[in-house]
Amino acid sequence: MNPGELVEYMRAARPGFGTGEPSLTAVMMNVAAGAPENPVEDRLCDCVEAIAAAGDRAAFAELFEHFAPRLKAFVMRAGADPETAEELMQEAMIAVWRKAASFDRSRASASTWIFTIVRNKRIDRFRRASRPQIDPAEVELMTEAVETPDMIVARGQAEARLRDSLTSLSEEQISVIRKAFFEDKSHSVISDELGLPLGTVKSRIRLALARLRLILEPES
Amino acid sequence: MIAHHPPLELLFDYAAGVSAESASLLAASHLVFCRECRDRVARIEALGGAMIDRLPGEAPAAGAFEAVLGRLDEPEEILPQPEFDAVTRTILPSPLRDYLNADLKDLKWRRRSLVHEEVPLGRTEDGAKLTLLKIHAGKGVLNHTHKGEEFTLVLQGGYSDADGHYGRGDVAVGDPSVTHRPVADPGEDCICLTVVQGPLHFTGLVGRIINPFVH
Repeated sequence: MNPGELVEYMRAARPGFGTGEPSLTAVMMNVAAGAPENPVEDRLCDCVEAIAAAGDRAAFAELFEHFAPRLKAFVMRAGADPETAEELMQEAMIAVWRKAASFDRSRASASTWIFTIVRNKRIDRFRRASRPQIDPAEVELMTEAVETPDMIVARGQAEARLRDSLTSLSEEQISVIRKAFFEDKSHSVISDELGLPLGTVKSRIRLALARLRLILEPES
Repeated sequence: MIAHHPPLELLFDYAAGVSAESASLLAASHLVFCRECRDRVARIEALGGAMIDRLPGEAPAAGAFEAVLGRLDEPEEILPQPEFDAVTRTILPSPLRDYLNADLKDLKWRRRSLVHEEVPLGRTEDGAKLTLLKIHAGKGVLNHTHKGEEFTLVLQGGYSDADGHYGRGDVAVGDPSVTHRPVADPGEDCICLTVVQGPLHFTGLVGRIINPFVH
C-alpha cells in the first residue's frame, strides 16, 4: 500500500480523517500573530502530534507523502546520488517517527522541524565530524532569561509570513540562499564559486534575511 | 546578559548546516548561553523549512514507504552518553565537552607567561586551531595581535579590553589589524575557548597561523 492509498483507506475507515479543523492552539497562535492561515502546514503539524500522541501510522503516511519526495530532492541537490538520497530520506522519515514527541508547534512548523532532521542526517553522512549536540536541559540552566510568549508569537508570525515574502527576493539573493541550503555551501565556498568578494556574499544574505523579516537589519 | 554575539553569517551557515566543524562548535557552544541567537537560528531554520517546502520532489523508490513502515518499530540504537564531572559540566557547554571528551581536571595547562596558561586542543577538520586560554584573575595579557580571523568564547569569568567587557557566553571577533590588551576580571580566573581559522578555511592566507603573545 503506498502512502496515498493508506491515506485514502484511513479516510474511508475513519470519517473526518485528514479533513479536521486545525487545532485550537494553532488557530490562536495565528490569530494572535495576525498571520495568514496555512491549512496545509497546520495539517502537517497535526500529523506529527498524532504520531507523538498515539503512534498514528495513517498520520505518518500523510507526512511521508508530503515530505519524502522533498527530502530526497533536498539530499540530491547537495550532490548525493539517488541511492544515497533515498537512504538518507528513509532514515530521516524514521527519525520523524521516533522524535515526534520532541516536536513543538509553538516553536517551529513541521516543515522547519523536518528540515533540521534531514539537515543533521546530511551532516552526519557527509562530514567526518557530526553535528554538535546541544543538551536542552542545559540550555534552560545556563540562560538567564526564558523565552516570553511574545517572542514565540513573533517567531510564528515571521515563519507564517516568510512563505509569502520569498518571492520578494532578488534573483541574486535567492541564488546565494539556495546554494547554502541546497548545495551544502558555506559563505566562503559560495564566494569562491561565484567569484564574488566574501563581503558581497555576506551582504546579499543579510539583505535577503532582512527583507524576509527574519532579522532586524537596516537595508543599507 | 549576552552582549557580544557571533557574526550573522556564522549563525546562518550553522543553521543551514553548512558551517565547518570549528564554526559549528563555536556557534553551538554560544547558543547554549544565548537565547537571542537561538532565536536567530530558529528563524533561519524556518527559511530552510520554507525552502524545502517549495522544492520540486524526487519520487521515492518503489516500495520505499513499506520499507520505512517495516522499520518504524526497530529498536533504536542508543549510544552511551559520556559522563563528565560537576566542574566540567558547570564550565564547558555540552557541545564543547562532547568534542573534548575529557574532564577539565584531565587537561594539561601549559604556562605561557606569568599571567596566562593554555591547553592546545589541536585542529578541527577544517584546519582551525582550538585552544583553551586561562588568564589569571585581575591580570592583563600584554599587547598581542591576531594573525587570522579569531573567535574567543568566554567560558568562565570575564575580561575587558578597548572594545568593552566580555562575560560568560560572549563571543569576541579578533581583527588582525587591531592589537589589544585583555584584562581579566578580579576574583576569578578567566577561561576562554579561542578558535583561529586555519589556512584550509580561508584561501589566500599565507603561512602558518599562530597567535604569539608578545611580552
